[in-house]
Amino acid sequence: MSTTTDSKIRIQLEDFSVTDEIEVMKKVSRNIGGITTFLGTGREMSKGESITKLNFEHYPKMAEKKMEEIRVQSIKDFGIIDMSIIHRIGPIDIGENIVLIVAVGEHRAETFKACEWAIAELKRTTPIWKRETTSTGEVWVQDTP
Amino acid sequence: MITLKYFASLRDIAEKEEDSLDIENPITIDQLSDIISKTTPKMGAIIRGKKVLISVNEEMASADTIIHDGDEVAFLPPFSGGAK
Repeated sequence: MSTTTDSKIRIQLEDFSVTDEIEVMKKVSRNIGGITTFLGTGREMSKGESITKLNFEHYPKMAEKKMEEIRVQSIKDFGIIDMSIIHRIGPIDIGENIVLIVAVGEHRAETFKACEWAIAELKRTTPIWKRETTSTGEVWVQDTP
Repeated sequence: MITLKYFASLRDIAEKEEDSLDIENPITIDQLSDIISKTTPKMGAIIRGKKVLISVNEEMASADTIIHDGDEVAFLPPFSGGAK
């Protein structure tokens, strides 16, 4: 589990800086003309219930492998220059950062498309699970809310 | 020997995080689910009901995927990564 900003695919306990991660990706090429980011954060309400705590777990190695496949496929299919995907695990409070995708390209159109596809694909194929704690107990979330 | 891994809600059902199993010959996922059913019927039913994804050596498997000695088989409930 890497925590440096060198790797473009990371799963980590620690929070990340959106600004720092964008700056890292801006240095990838002088031909970048558009950057799209997706930031997923911990929300308070889920299915009408107030969440007090979130906890994420992953299948080490397989999760990183799937995220790298998404990165490679995004570059190939949408023609973006590069992409980084960072996902946090462990306990996460309401309002905190969970997942960040940064897509960089020559123009904005391909980065918007790549970013939207990548987060949907991440939720579909990457073995990461969310446990929500509410006033009525704890539950593993088993759909893509 | 093969390694079995249970994640998230399936860990609660299997009441274990990891297990190992000696196999004399390669077996299919279906055959593995029969073996698991004998010790953990609830887990076997979930596998047969296809309410779980299964990976072998970190690649998605199907019912007829062959499991060999030394493989790592993981039982994965539906994913919920990221936020809305």
